[in-house]
Amino acid sequence: MTKLRPDLEIIANAIPGRTRVLDVGCGDGALMAELRAHKYVDARGLEIDVAAIEAAMAQGLSVVQGDANRDLADYPDDAFDYAILSQTLQTTERPDRVVEELLRIAPRAFVSFPNFAHWRVRMSLLWNGRMPVTRLLPVAWYETPNIHHVTVSDFRDLVRARGIRVERAWYLSGDRPTSDAAATWRAEHAIFLIARG
Amino acid sequence: MASLLHQIQHQGVTINAPLPLDSGQVLPSVTIAYQSYGTLNADKSNAVLICHALTGDQYVASDHPATGKPGWWARMVGPGKPIDTDRFHVICANVLGSCMGTSGPATPDTASGAPLGMAFPVITITDMVRAQAMLLDHLGISRLHAVVGGSMGGMQALAWAAAYPDRIASALVIASAARHSAQNIAFHEVGRQAIMADPDWRDGQYYGSARAPTKGLAVARMAAHITYLSEEGLTEKFGRRLQARDIKSFGFDADFQVESYLRHQGLAFTDRFDANAYLYITRAMDYFDLAEPHDGRLAGAFAKAKDVRFTLVSFDTDWLYPTSESRRIVQALQSVGAPASFVELSAPFGHDSFLLDVPALDRIIAGTLGRGG
Repeated sequence: MTKLRPDLEIIANAIPGRTRVLDVGCGDGALMAELRAHKYVDARGLEIDVAAIEAAMAQGLSVVQGDANRDLADYPDDAFDYAILSQTLQTTERPDRVVEELLRIAPRAFVSFPNFAHWRVRMSLLWNGRMPVTRLLPVAWYETPNIHHVTVSDFRDLVRARGIRVERAWYLSGDRPTSDAAATWRAEHAIFLIARG
Repeated sequence: MASLLHQIQHQGVTINAPLPLDSGQVLPSVTIAYQSYGTLNADKSNAVLICHALTGDQYVASDHPATGKPGWWARMVGPGKPIDTDRFHVICANVLGSCMGTSGPATPDTASGAPLGMAFPVITITDMVRAQAMLLDHLGISRLHAVVGGSMGGMQALAWAAAYPDRIASALVIASAARHSAQNIAFHEVGRQAIMADPDWRDGQYYGSARAPTKGLAVARMAAHITYLSEEGLTEKFGRRLQARDIKSFGFDADFQVESYLRHQGLAFTDRFDANAYLYITRAMDYFDLAEPHDGRLAGAFAKAKDVRFTLVSFDTDWLYPTSESRRIVQALQSVGAPASFVELSAPFGHDSFLLDVPALDRIIAGTLGRGG
């Protein structure tokens, strides 16, 4: 098995075995396959890209073609123990509604996103006056799928305002963990485990 | 030609047990013609049932006995093919009501010996599936690795999941729907009226005579054939091009290539299909609505199918059974928690895409069947 992306590995380690999991934006199913193989998780996926769905289906994974903006509504309440939305929140039309949908479908959700307040981003804006193009945000502003850039502080504010609990958070700088205290400017990437309030 | 069709010998079995039908009638015994490929393994766990479409037959990967053409899914079924007969024991049975050896309107009445014609009871998709289950009982196969079908074959796969969820591990439903829409019924009614308006139909009692309602059947096929293609496909293939002429005839010959093509399709169809069988099978499709017995809630049909793995595939140019119908099924499956995969593939051929060269479909079918054969 190929090595998982660092944020997916954190999620894979944090999910208890034999649970029901929905991976929203599951790609080719790498995380689902890992969860199925090592944790006996009943994993289902939602993905928009046909080639990625084909790859997941060829591994015998259950993946439905769909769009996080529209098709989460098709899942019943509490259909899963965990929902996962990795590196997708900032691409959705209404991130707040997507988060609420995740916590309707499952009592707990993992949400990961690139932190737009990372120091490199801040520097780029401050010194160049331009939208940053970085390792995690590699595409120019006019063609980026990231239509709702979000920072660690923004996300904390959103969940607080909606009465959502943060059960755990992980922050990555490069592929290495960084501390909570410095996260707002040192984290390139944040992973939150959120739960209904 | 119809009389020749009924002279073909098919491999099959007559099961002397009653087959109760949705209509309330009972067939006292049933003959099922079928083909099989590949070897059934010792624990009988590698059986795959392929369900054919309206005008399909059991010759899924064998040359057709009437036309000599290769099997209708020969590209999909065979050694090393996506449905790999080196690994799976593949069974394909002619559906109840059809005309390739299975009990249908051409079956002789047990008392008089004359073909039943319209005295054959009206059947449903679920009745077809019941007959297939009787065949599997006869073959000693209690559980299928997969049931696979496109179009009406997909309806049978869904009906299998609803009626016998414990007997199937997975269902592959391609270019299909869980109900016939008003538009679907309307096109079928055009076809049936064309057959019944043919003076040679004679209330279905034409089997002994020299003349069968081939004109009506050909028109029915022409109308239906249009629904199997996409507008884009028709335009690309024929456009407004004229057939073997430079100028319009100002008459009613087949001036346009598309007319000539449809006439040929209609005529060729009458060599391999029976008009009464067409009436019965289109009726069965029109009656199909899996949600109906569950107060219109499709999820009710799948309440006991939580452990069946479903794979649904639709095509973006299929307007007969559009993607929205597959999505409706997926939604119902999700609401009962059944493991379901769904993808809409892009292909230019309309509804017929499931029979044609769509490599992504091959990969998905091979991938879905692949595990645990």
